[in-house]
Amino acid sequence: MLFPPNPSSGVPAYRQLIDQVRHAIETGALRPGEQLPGTRKVAEDLVMNPNTVAKAYQELEHQGVIEMRKGLGAFVARAGSRGGDLVQKAQPVLRSAMERMAEIGLHEEQMRRLFESELIHLRSRPRGE
Amino acid sequence: MSSELAIETQQLRKSFGAKDAVQGLTLAVPRGSICGFLGRNGAGKTTTLKMLMGMTKVTGGEGRVLGLRIADAGESTEIRRRTGFVGEDKRFPWSITVAELLRFTRAFYPRWRPDLAERYRRAFQLPPGASAGRLSKGMRSRLALLLALARGAELLLLDEPTEGLDPSTTEETLQALVSLVAEQGTTVFFSSHQLAGVEQIADRICIVDEGRTVVCDALDELKAGYRRVRLVFDGEPPALGFETARRDGRTLSVLARGNADEIVARARAMNARSVDVQPLTLKEIFLESSKGAES
Repeated sequence: MLFPPNPSSGVPAYRQLIDQVRHAIETGALRPGEQLPGTRKVAEDLVMNPNTVAKAYQELEHQGVIEMRKGLGAFVARAGSRGGDLVQKAQPVLRSAMERMAEIGLHEEQMRRLFESELIHLRSRPRGE
Repeated sequence: MSSELAIETQQLRKSFGAKDAVQGLTLAVPRGSICGFLGRNGAGKTTTLKMLMGMTKVTGGEGRVLGLRIADAGESTEIRRRTGFVGEDKRFPWSITVAELLRFTRAFYPRWRPDLAERYRRAFQLPPGASAGRLSKGMRSRLALLLALARGAELLLLDEPTEGLDPSTTEETLQALVSLVAEQGTTVFFSSHQLAGVEQIADRICIVDEGRTVVCDALDELKAGYRRVRLVFDGEPPALGFETARRDGRTLSVLARGNADEIVARARAMNARSVDVQPLTLKEIFLESSKGAES
């Protein structure tokens, strides 16, 4: 279900894991109430830092995506996360924008760079300009 | 100094005669972390590891390992008791077999874990009857690592643990380190030139250049801070006032260290036609941070 994070993506490894778990829930690979593999097993299977896996799980718990049960491990939360709903609402917006970009002739890599630079632009807007 | 840190040094120095091998090294490695110790050849990594282990005398500054002072003879002995060390030189006597070496080493360490020793001996495919001195380079590296892993040490100091290993043995070695940290909360501090492996398992990176610390930070922070911003202008790029800017025709390439937002805002104010922001890999960060005497 989970696969090793891509080190050259620029997205921190724990964020990539969070996205993977969220994606697994969105696609139904993981269902509410189901158990996730333990942090130690994930670290060993993916050969990655156990603290990074723990950080991802903590963040997912904080976001309400998973629940940690003492002595049992991590489970997908029964109440679906609101973050997931928001993402689902936003998806068509992004999809149509990306389809437009593809029509203009932008490549995947160009879109990715543009997206990142616009994110930074968005963050810097309140202060600058 | 905090006991939350497995390794802590301040302005650590080591001179060999007139030559300064380490000059003002400041490190902070939290307990339970896997910290990659990077630097060019001759940057002072091995000397630092030896000072931490009390194998060479400190010229100046101070350092603590597991809260114990490295310059104090008694405390240094305690450091060596609780720390597993694998040096650059992984040679063993010819006359002893792998099984004999394990039995011999075990006698010195009360916390020896026979279960771990056996597990790694199998995982690393080390035949018990093989003569330790006749093993291949890769097998010697694995044997040295096994001896350090099975000791039940709180801290592992490893000098190039994956040097000369093939990709699958490298992966097994990294996995052994990861499971040790996951199971026992061991701290791992290891030098390496294999940046892909470091990037894969480390959560912390210290980069040393010419005997000085240039970077010592969480890997996530480090990677989040560094960006390459490529700006294209209609004519000659304006001087944006960033030290790390490089001009190439109408393109200005700026290395951002935590200030990508500021660079982008300033570039937009100067009517940049195109703004691209790209992440850097650990290799690029390393090359930017350790320019040695050339810069």
